[in-house]
Amino acid sequence: MLERIRRLVIKEFLAIFRNPASRMAVLVPPLLQLLIFSFGATLEVRNAGIGIFNEDLGVLGRELAARFQSVPVTFSRVVVCHSYADVRQVLNTQKVLAVVHIPQDFSQSLLAGQTAVVQVLLDGRQSNAAAVTQGYTSRIVRDFARTALASGAIARRPFAQSIPVTRVWYNENLHPLWSSMPALLGILTNLVALLVTGLSVARERELGTFDQLLVSPLRPGEILIGKAVPAFVVAYVEGGLMILAAVTFFGLPFRGSLLLLAGALFVFLLAIVGIGLWISAISSTQQQALLGVFTYMVPAVLLSGFATPVENIHPAIRWVANVDPLQYMVAVSRKVFLEDPTPDVIWPFVWPLLPIAAFTLITSAWFFRHRLD
Amino acid sequence: MSSQAVSAPKSSRSRHIRLRCVLALAQKEGYQILRDPSSLVIAFVLPLVLLFLFGLGISLDPTSIPLGLVVETRSAVTDRLATSFRGSSYFELWEADDRAELEPLFISGRLKAVVILSQDYPRQRTMGSATVQVLVNGSEANTAELIVNYVENLLQKQMWYDAEARGQPVAASPILVEPRVWYNPNVDSRAAILPGSIAVIMTLIGTILTALVVAREWERGTMEALLASSISRAEFLLGKFLPYFGLGLSAMMLVAIVTVTLFGVPFRGSWLVLTGVSAVFLVVALGLGLFISTATANQFVATQVALIVGYLPSFILSGLVFEINSMPLSIRILTHLLPPRYFVSACRTSFLAGNVWEVILYDTSLLALFAVVLWILTIRKTRLTLE
Amino acid sequence: MIRFEQVTKRFPRADRAALHEVSVRILAGAITGVIGPDGAGKTTFLRLAAGLLVPDQGRITVLDHDTQRELAFRDHLAYMPQKFGLYTDLTVWENLLLYARLRGIPAAEGRASIDRLLTFTGLGPFRRRLAGKLSGGMKQKLGLACSMLIQPKVMLLDEPGVGVDPVSRRELWKIVQEQRDQGVGIVWSTPYLDEAEKCDYVLVLYEGKVVFFGPPAEFTARANNRTFLVEIPAEERRRLTREWLQKPTVVDTRIQGQRLRVVLRPEALVPGTPPEARDAAPAEIHHMAPTEARFEDAFIDALGGVPKDRVALVNRTASGENHHEEVVVAEGLVKRFGRFTAVDHVSFRVRRGEVFGLLGPNGAGKSTTFRMLCGLAAPTEGHATVAGVDLRKARAQARRFVGYMAQSFSLYGDLTVRQNLEFFGGVYGLRGARLSVAIRQMLDELELAPLANISAGLLPLGFKQRLALAVAILHRPAVVFLDEPTSGVDPLARREFWLRIDQLVEEGAVVIVTTHFMDEAEYCDRLALINRGKVIAMDSPDAIRNSIQSPQLPNPTLEDAFIAMLERANEATERDAAVTATGAERKGGPTT
Repeated sequence: MLERIRRLVIKEFLAIFRNPASRMAVLVPPLLQLLIFSFGATLEVRNAGIGIFNEDLGVLGRELAARFQSVPVTFSRVVVCHSYADVRQVLNTQKVLAVVHIPQDFSQSLLAGQTAVVQVLLDGRQSNAAAVTQGYTSRIVRDFARTALASGAIARRPFAQSIPVTRVWYNENLHPLWSSMPALLGILTNLVALLVTGLSVARERELGTFDQLLVSPLRPGEILIGKAVPAFVVAYVEGGLMILAAVTFFGLPFRGSLLLLAGALFVFLLAIVGIGLWISAISSTQQQALLGVFTYMVPAVLLSGFATPVENIHPAIRWVANVDPLQYMVAVSRKVFLEDPTPDVIWPFVWPLLPIAAFTLITSAWFFRHRLD
Repeated sequence: MSSQAVSAPKSSRSRHIRLRCVLALAQKEGYQILRDPSSLVIAFVLPLVLLFLFGLGISLDPTSIPLGLVVETRSAVTDRLATSFRGSSYFELWEADDRAELEPLFISGRLKAVVILSQDYPRQRTMGSATVQVLVNGSEANTAELIVNYVENLLQKQMWYDAEARGQPVAASPILVEPRVWYNPNVDSRAAILPGSIAVIMTLIGTILTALVVAREWERGTMEALLASSISRAEFLLGKFLPYFGLGLSAMMLVAIVTVTLFGVPFRGSWLVLTGVSAVFLVVALGLGLFISTATANQFVATQVALIVGYLPSFILSGLVFEINSMPLSIRILTHLLPPRYFVSACRTSFLAGNVWEVILYDTSLLALFAVVLWILTIRKTRLTLE
Repeated sequence: MIRFEQVTKRFPRADRAALHEVSVRILAGAITGVIGPDGAGKTTFLRLAAGLLVPDQGRITVLDHDTQRELAFRDHLAYMPQKFGLYTDLTVWENLLLYARLRGIPAAEGRASIDRLLTFTGLGPFRRRLAGKLSGGMKQKLGLACSMLIQPKVMLLDEPGVGVDPVSRRELWKIVQEQRDQGVGIVWSTPYLDEAEKCDYVLVLYEGKVVFFGPPAEFTARANNRTFLVEIPAEERRRLTREWLQKPTVVDTRIQGQRLRVVLRPEALVPGTPPEARDAAPAEIHHMAPTEARFEDAFIDALGGVPKDRVALVNRTASGENHHEEVVVAEGLVKRFGRFTAVDHVSFRVRRGEVFGLLGPNGAGKSTTFRMLCGLAAPTEGHATVAGVDLRKARAQARRFVGYMAQSFSLYGDLTVRQNLEFFGGVYGLRGARLSVAIRQMLDELELAPLANISAGLLPLGFKQRLALAVAILHRPAVVFLDEPTSGVDPLARREFWLRIDQLVEEGAVVIVTTHFMDEAEYCDRLALINRGKVIAMDSPDAIRNSIQSPQLPNPTLEDAFIAMLERANEATERDAAVTATGAERKGGPTT
């Protein structure tokens, strides 16, 4: 039996790697996607435009306006507005994310020891950018106020402030790449494993070689293992390459235990291979198999916590997210890269993969047997 | 071979489009759509499923973020602060009076952030400014950023209320920032994402719908028979395009209506304009599908390309969720080559801002440019011989 | 009508031209058969004539129009591609309407034309049926009708006879002959050599070159007086086929029922040839009865006869340790798909050393029967055993006795020849030295050794077929299942293939084969004719032929017998019940 499985596994590997097209398809797109998407998946606000509508003729107003020009990383374009119509125009046309409105009496109020009000008009079409920009602008204004007070430019008076001293753990500079790359490790290994397993049986069915396997002494279980092992190995090795690339080329930290990540990836890929075999078993053409892969991938990625936090998922479909193996893998991968999780910390994210893997593997074996009729 | 292909024979009638031919082909395609329920499922069921996934599964609005609050010395000031933390819908509050109690929860990831009011806090407050320590888990960079913002806002606001309550002329800051969010006053990310997701959904649907239709003719051998009846390229492609255009546009409208009625996203533009932009976009999306289909002439490759081109790039690089401006230059340039990018912007504007002609005309004209280029390529690629 | 002048057509990445310097003149008012095995250039020829391909060299004119300059001739051209060009999800009527409108026929005229064709082809009652649900024969007629909506002057039909049962094929011929009589020029391509005899002219193509162009009788006449039928002892016939082929004077030998058909070289007969040559002629030559030459005899002769060096003579130990006398048993096999009965109580027994053929039109149930026998499908009722075990239930051990060669020569195209053999050998439990010896032996015997490290997908069709056979018999099975084993390969390769099968059978193996080539059926010891899921006749080829012998038909062919029996069976069922349109022949179903 082992000999037969060994033969089958060798054959599967040869079939994947002797064909230039499939060799390319398995190796190049995942690494390319890792490169493009991990840089693309950023929620930071950078290179944004900001409008300044300064109606104040005083020095303080001008100084505040100048503050916004001194943060070119965040606001690379500063548009000066001269009227309310200008403001409307630049916001409407998405030239800027926000407009800072400094009122006529700004300097006057401050010098008189009164509280001045600065309006920030935000474009809610990009709600996240709006929220982040609001934070940035508030901070700039607050810093301005503090320095102005310290330098005595504005009248000293009773003043109280809660100064938050923020300490970010794990991703100290809030680098978006550090969040996206570990998540993409899960997504892309998932995609590879699924494509290899999901399509292989359908391809054999279309070519007619599947019949040839069925009349041979191979048992369904052996065919199943023969199909699962190569996909598993390919995805696993590619996962390893991605980890290596992340740490060496992209400078990600790797703070947890490699063994732990390897173990989690192992169980995760078992679950995915199970899903792939599932798709394989129920589809009779490659096209159906591709649609199956897609039907699984879209919700799996959306609900994985890659783009938006899992906590924000509507309770109505939270249960879907709870059976999404990708969700757990993304969490584990982020933790192992950035934190140094102890076993009891990581366990809640690893154990759900075990029943999911067991379920997908067992049901796929069942499907496999029953589809053979 | 190519030199001869250039001088390939011209049909006596290939110069003008015969409407009868186009209609006959379109009708045939219509029958095929009706008889094969899978295209109807792709056109009407899949978009709705995707819309629900985007609507319910994707949200950037933190609600009930697990947040720890450590109050080391209780006082009236800290009580008031705790009350306002408790009252905030953003946070699900875990309170303790010793940071050691919450630290393990923070490390295990159960708490996304911990706010620590130190022993000294009440005393500092009586003196004026006070420091508050905030620990944030940075492994989800954006969430961390937002949590810091919310905590800061809440702290400032509380200071202000306190001052007002005491009738003191004490201000939290000499300058007050008053945010006003246009188009989406509640900064509801669903309202921002759903209109944009229509663009991603339609890219997928449009591409999948047409990706197979030309390849199918080649594989089933019907292309040969069509060619022998000397139809022209334009007739053939129009006959393919029209039925799927109708199907796509109805799917688009269905999705838009559900977005407004079920998800309560406002619609401030005009339906006529939206229909117009969608029509142009569909010309692009279907053109892309037809191009893939024509260029590959193989159903398997066509589906694979359609899925690779259709999903992840339009989801990640269209500006739907992630900020295009913040991407590195090379990737920003890449996003300009993705038609969904423009449709995301046009949809969002139509729903939330109204008819902002500068945006809509800009987006539409770029989409039109894509349409022209894609269709020229498709027509070029359409072979009228079997070479 | 159609004129080719020195036409050459080459496809990218092909090692030889698809057509090489072909010059012919095809006449109006005649049926010209384009004959040759797959890959000979038939389809390229037709596509060039239809203006769908552009020649690399030479000039083609159709109805005096240069196909490279203008396509006006298409208004008078009916072209039917291999897959008929039908939309399977459109009804008969909708298909016709679509093509009428694409042809620019005015609505009223189009309707009239459609009605005429529906009556003409007998498809009238099926106008609302989806084309995909038609039988192969009806599809063919519909494809023909679609191409004939305009009154054509030229008809180009690409393999219209393939995949169609003999009865429908005859009807098709009738339609085409009527058109010819009205002055239409018809080009009919076919891989079946027996169809050639019905054509007015034949264009015989082989590897892109013209072997012959002219009336078929003229071609056949080349083998006249050189073709003989020899009475031989039944049990000796396989050995003798091989032995005789080795003789230098013999061009071709082929089993025909209980007799052997032999074609000799001209030198072997003509007096005055060097004595050595005559001496080399088979000693039994005086027992031979001369017989009328057939097109195939002339064809093999034109190709230079079966190459002697390909006739392997290897002594091998008998295969299989199984000594069951009745190796394959089918008892009351029934297979239903929903309400449709694909196989209806089929029973037979096959003994050691027997070649058993399943013959029948497409969709008749022969493939389903076959799949049940080799364990690929579960019978709804009844059971099938192979070497005493039910393959459906059998453990992997029992499957070792079985070899299987699928219709499409299913191989792993990305693996090399050797890797394919290693994989299947390993799966069948061969390993180590036994495996490498078996592979070496197989590579030598089938002359695949020079190609051992080439990807199987790149092999020419004939070699693919050899490799598929090698894969099926590498482990010395007691039973070999062959599903349409020689479809598409050229007649020489087909000869070689059967010589090898003969050897297997002599060693005691059982061979079960499905086929739609009538001449292939001749190799079988016994045949089962299957129609609409039922066995309508089961006997030796000779007995089947003899059963319809009559004064009008003193020398019936197997095809004649087949058609007569099908008609008889159909009449019987039609008497029983008015035919509820032939659902039994739905294509694309699990039966095909």
